[in-house]
Parts: sequence; C-alpha cells; structure tokens
Amino acid sequence: MAFEEKSAWVMIVVSVGAYTIYLATVLGRAGDGPLADVAYAGTLLWTIGGAIVAGIVAHIAMAIAGGHGADRTDERDREINQVSERIGQSIVIIGALAALIMAIAELRHFWIANAVYLAFVLSSVLSSFAKIMAYRKGGFQTW
Amino acid sequence: MVKPTQVTNAIRALRFAHDEMTQAELADRVGVTRQTIIAIEQGRYSPSLEMAFRIARVFRVGLDDVFQYPDTEGDPL
Repeated sequence: MAFEEKSAWVMIVVSVGAYTIYLATVLGRAGDGPLADVAYAGTLLWTIGGAIVAGIVAHIAMAIAGGHGADRTDERDREINQVSERIGQSIVIIGALAALIMAIAELRHFWIANAVYLAFVLSSVLSSFAKIMAYRKGGFQTW
Repeated sequence: MVKPTQVTNAIRALRFAHDEMTQAELADRVGVTRQTIIAIEQGRYSPSLEMAFRIARVFRVGLDDVFQYPDTEGDPL
C-alpha cells in the first residue's frame, strides 16, 4: 500500500474520530435543553486542533515505522493528491454557502459553526476516500 | 464519462528480459515509487511523457518498444 494511501486512511479515522468525540460531548451536555444553548466552541476548537496534531503525529510515526524512503512520493502521488483535494474542496464550498445562507437568515452562531465544522469533516473524508479509490482503481486521469 | 487509457506496455516482459529486474529496482532507477511501477504495469496509470522516456532509457529501448497505442480505423493522422 502506498504511503499516501495509508495516510488517507489515517485522515479518515482521525477526522471521523475527532468529530465523533465532539458530537458525543456536545450532545451529552444538551440534556433536555435546546441544543443551540450548549457550550460548544471550546470542544469544537479542541477537537479540530487535536485532529490536526493527531494527523501530523500519525504521519511522522508511519514515516519512521516504514523505514528509509517510506514517505517517498512521485508525480503519480502528486496527481492523485491534486484530484482528491479538488473533490474535497467542493464540500468546503458547499459548507461555506450553507453558512452564508444561515448567516443571512440570522440563525444562531451554533448552527453556523457546526455547519462549517461538518463541511470540514465531510471534505476530509470525501477527499481521503477519493484518494484511496484513485490508488486502488485508477481512473483519475481523463483522456 | 472517464475513458480508461488505451495505452498498453511491455514493462513486465522487459523487466524479465533484463535479468529479472524487480519492480523496486526499476522504480529506484526511474525515480518513482514501486507502487507507481505496479500501477503502470497493470494499466491503472498512464505515466507522463517524461517518465515514459525514463523507463525506456532504463531498458535502453525506444518508447514504442515499451508503450503501445492501438491503431483505430478512422483516427485522424
């Protein structure tokens, strides 16, 4: 398995794991009250920060465990990375548009922040999934 | 609709004709990862022209001896 493919699997696990922790914490605090009244900002920032750090640490650990040259990449890796990032960015744009509409509608900050966070997570998962499929099946080149 | 590449290659045969060169050795000499050589051999990836030339140079043959493109009737010349 290519180093970048392993890295994509790690990103899926880290992104979904961090978001699951966030959801469990926020929903756990809600109780019977309105969800939008829950203190969410600290947990949101900590889980985003934690996911970034966990991703970097896992990347370094894989490079060390793989030995010399394990994290070597070439032009195929760069092409796959570009295509998968572009696919993932489409979700970020959708999230930004959703946040814009929610802001115009004067929805509470809770919903706007959560829409953006969900878009980040879905973008990361979709981008990583696209990367894995490109490595396994090919087909990312158009002729 | 994404069309799969029609380019085929003889890398596997050329490796065996060159003292059973391993995929890892070819990858090192071309300057790519072993996974990329595997993907090219299996037709899952079409290399750039530059990478194609580097592969041909390793085997000391012409580009046409490594990569082939089928003749199709009606194709513009």
